[in-house]
Formats: sequence, structure tokens, C-alpha cells
Amino acid sequence: MAAKKRTTRRSAEGKRSRRTTGAATAQRASDGESESAAPAHGGGPRAFWSGTITFGLVSVPVDLYPAVRSSRTPLRMLGPNDQLLQRRYYCSADDEALTNDDIVRGYEWPDGSFTVVNDEELESVAPRKSRDIDLQRFVSRDEIPPKMLQRPYVLAPAGESTKAYHLLAQTMEQTGRAGIATFIMRGREYLAAIFAEGGLLRATTMRFVDELRTPESIGLPAVPKLTGAQRKDAEAALTELKTDDLDLEALEDDYTRALLELAEAKRAAGRDVVEVEEDMSNEESETADIIDIMSVLKQRLGPASAAAPHTASEKTARARKDATAVAAAGRGSQKRSRKTAR
Amino acid sequence: MTTRAMWKADLNVGELRVPVKLYAAVQDANVHFRLLHSKDNTPVKQQMVDPSTQEPVAPEAITRAVQLDRGVFVRLTKEEQAALEPKPSRAITVERVVAAEKLDERWFDRPYYLGPDGDDEGYFALADTLEQKGWIGIAHWVMRNKSYAGALYGNEGYLLLDTLRNAQEIVAIDAVRTPPGRSPDPREIKLAETLIGTLEDKFDPDAYHDEHREKVLGLLEAKAKGKVVRFPKAAGRKPSDSLLKDLQASLKVGRRSATHGR
Repeated sequence: MAAKKRTTRRSAEGKRSRRTTGAATAQRASDGESESAAPAHGGGPRAFWSGTITFGLVSVPVDLYPAVRSSRTPLRMLGPNDQLLQRRYYCSADDEALTNDDIVRGYEWPDGSFTVVNDEELESVAPRKSRDIDLQRFVSRDEIPPKMLQRPYVLAPAGESTKAYHLLAQTMEQTGRAGIATFIMRGREYLAAIFAEGGLLRATTMRFVDELRTPESIGLPAVPKLTGAQRKDAEAALTELKTDDLDLEALEDDYTRALLELAEAKRAAGRDVVEVEEDMSNEESETADIIDIMSVLKQRLGPASAAAPHTASEKTARARKDATAVAAAGRGSQKRSRKTAR
Repeated sequence: MTTRAMWKADLNVGELRVPVKLYAAVQDANVHFRLLHSKDNTPVKQQMVDPSTQEPVAPEAITRAVQLDRGVFVRLTKEEQAALEPKPSRAITVERVVAAEKLDERWFDRPYYLGPDGDDEGYFALADTLEQKGWIGIAHWVMRNKSYAGALYGNEGYLLLDTLRNAQEIVAIDAVRTPPGRSPDPREIKLAETLIGTLEDKFDPDAYHDEHREKVLGLLEAKAKGKVVRFPKAAGRKPSDSLLKDLQASLKVGRRSATHGR
């Protein structure tokens, strides 16, 4: 499966504002100029990133799409003139309004002094440019502790042939294995777990160990030896609550629903409604991008299986599809009744 | 060095009540930069500006609004916002217990360690039972004016509580069937299984480090001392064009490295 030269198309680079601060931010600009992400099949929403899974000497080109999206409706800031406010930078010493050209990046040392660094310097230590998702080993799925999981993505096959993709997805699913991979995305190193389910591959970035506290570093007491009698109460209490049904209704975002219901009620009553000139956010297009993943997958992998969905969440996801389609058109979809979500 | 608890609560599992302390399991290891005014190297500050007047707006003159349609917003009063907040509580209540496989990786958001706060025995018994049985407790709680759903599980003898994303946040994906004609043939499947077998290992999180972060810190330290530093760049690798050949070649490499030890 040779990674064919793909048509150049700009990645979703500039659009993503939610990212960690730090060195990565500095490299964003340069990264976006020299690299490009492109779905090989032309149509469909843009991929978040494109890369090639390499395991052994086998290459599987894939496009990454976010597997989750934010459901929270942001509370925006309005000024007295009914204007959406914008964030601006000022010098803290003389209140001078600053443009991007006036601003540099400084690392603060514990003594309060700063070391100023520029993009070129940060680029000199940037990881090598590579699109390889280096799948180094396979582990049992339950060996990956949830505390390490960070951001999930769906991997869609890219490139001309999807055979290697099917082979990897199928074999991993049958053997119950998850893959552990490392890769470099937009100037940052990532550790990731790759999962196969329902004929599809998903990847989740993982926290490095130094990003996690340990029981020792927190100062928790050492784990004692437990007797059967001590475990009895815990086991009884847990068994009492044991069920096969993950109650998805209890995992819905009630706050956002209540917030939107309140806002809609106020609009119906004509209270505190503000018309603002063109909103600058590109939120809508992003939402539409994400919701179209299924069409990309269908296009590249053939029609969706008629078989039962594999996980509880896929079950809701499936049931929710109609409601979600509305979400692409407008925000009213959050109002959908609990019944449709079941 | 020990960490301070963020919050104290009662963990309720049916009739059981175990007092716990909550600690963030994530510690920020990223290299953070501050934005400075280039002229005098003083930190910048942010202010909200009215684009029509280009004047900063005082915080007390700012109101929050919800967008309903493009360009249509509804303002909310402070009282209305407060009324939407959940009632404060000191309880983490486990509503149900499910097999760990019921929640796939997409649900997990942010991990917290729970520590015992007076009843070590009850705490460790819960952690141990959840871990041994491979169960997860679905818990709900209200912390700092926000309600959360979370997964309670045992890991290395301790209790962790990970916040869960909500059902609306998981993007809809159906299972897909491999279209006929594009299915791998039995020989390829056999080879792939063998290859996965050779690459099989225990998961060792300690084996992975963000080297880039370490390099950025190295750069900063060197620069603070007035030195200039360069780091070599590694070379990439070239893929081939036959799946079967690649699988066979990979197996040879895999076997060799397995015999010589890793």
C-alpha cells in the first residue's frame, strides 16, 4: 500500500483554536504552510489530519476525524451596544493596545525573569516532519487504563486501496487487540492507542506518564492486604447495582438542554433578544464537518452494515442520527425530546 | 511532595458510604509561554473590546448571551444563569455498575484520583473489587456548580473517577461491513495474525516520553545561559507496494528482533 502522493489541500489547521498552549502553538503556523492533509477521495469533509499507519512494513494511509464534539453551548459576551465583544491585548505597563507584531513569546523562570523565544528557534527543536503513525506493538485492550485516554479520533481509510485497512481492522477486532502507536502531528509528539470495532479503526491520543500523578506523588496510603470478609460489603453493594444496561439518558447534557430551553422561551416571549451583525464564529461549518464522517466512511468503505451496532454508544448514536442531522442545520436540535435519544 | 485535595465528598454505593478526597490525576507538563510586549518585555493583558467603538468594555457592563440562530442572541441575567446551576452537594453517587467494556474509549474525559478520608478499609475494598471484577461504577456528582457523570474504577489498588463526555458529544458512527471484493484473502489474514502476534507485548506506559517537550526546555535553558543549540533530525521511511510482500517481510524482521530480544 504505497502512500501515494495525494493532492494538496489545506488541513483544518487554522480553524482549530482549542489547543494546548506551549511549543505546539508556536509551530502551528509553519507546520500549516509546509504540510498538507488531504482526503484522497476528494469529496466529503476535510480531515483533521492525515497520516499513514505503519506496522511491520505494511502501510495503511488514514485520515483522522474527531470522534467527539463539544455539546456545550458557549455563553458569549455582549457589550452595552449589543455588540459581540472581541478579545484584545494591551501592554500591562502602559495600556498600549497591541497588535500581533508587538507580541513575543516568553518563558517565565521561577525567579520571574523571562527568556524570549521566536518561531525559528522553536522550529529548530521541532520533531522531524513525518506522517507515520508508528504502530509498534499490540496489547490486550483492557491493559490500557482509562486515565491515559485523551482525545478520540475516527480513522477513515485514505489512499487508493482500502485492503490493508480492512485487514488491520478485521484482524485486530478478531484478536481483541489494541495497538500502541506514536506519531507526530502538527509539531507535537503523541502516544496513541488504536482500537478496531465494527470494521473501523479509531485512535485515541494518550497522556504521557509525566502528565499523570501517581498515588505516591499524591501521598495516598499504601494498598493494604485485604481479607475476604473486608471485601464482602463492597462486593455486595456493587453487585446490588450491577446491570447490563448503560443508562444513556443519564449521560446526556441536561445543562445545555435547560440553557437552550430558557433561551428559546425568552425568545418566544420577546425578552432580551439581540440581533447582532454577522457572527464571526465558524462554529456551524465545523459541526457540519464532524457530522458528515459517516458519509465519508460509507463512500470509502461501502454501505453501513445491517448488523447490530457494537457498543451501547453506537446504539444511541444510531438512534440519534436524525436528531443530529438537524444539529447541522441549527441549534434547535438540542431541544429534541428524551424519547428520540433512546 | 504530596498534593492537596481539590474536594471532599461522600462516595455512596447503595448502602455503603465511603468518605473520599478528590485529586486531579492530570498534572500539566506542557511548556507554557507568556505573551510579552516586545518593546519592554512586560506581560500583556487581555480586555474585551467593543468592535464598533474600539473601546474596552468594563467587566460589569458585559452580559452573557446564548446564540440561537446566526446573528440572533438571547441575553441571560445573572439570576437566570444561577438558577440553571445544580444544587451544591457533597455526594458522589454510584447509580449503576456495569462491565468495563460497556464504555468505550471515547467516553473518558478527565481522570481524578480518589483517596480515602477516614475509612481506608471501605475505600480499598471498593477499589479492589471493581478492579478484580473489571467493573465500572457510573457516578453522578455536583462539584463547583457543575454536574458531572463519571466512571468509578479500580487501578493498581486505588479508586479513580474519570469524568465522562455526555451522550451528545459522541459522534454518530455505524458499524461498516467490508465490501465484497475488497476483503483480505485468508493468506493475508493468517500473516496479519502472525504479525500482530510477534508484535504483541505488555503495555508499558513508562517507555514513552515526550522528547519534544524535553528539547524545548533544553533550548530554553541553553538560551537563558546564552548558548545556541541544534538538534539532529531523524530520517523517515519508505513504504512498498505489495501487501502480501510487506506482511512476509515484516514477519522476517519481527522474528529476527524477537529472537535477539528487544
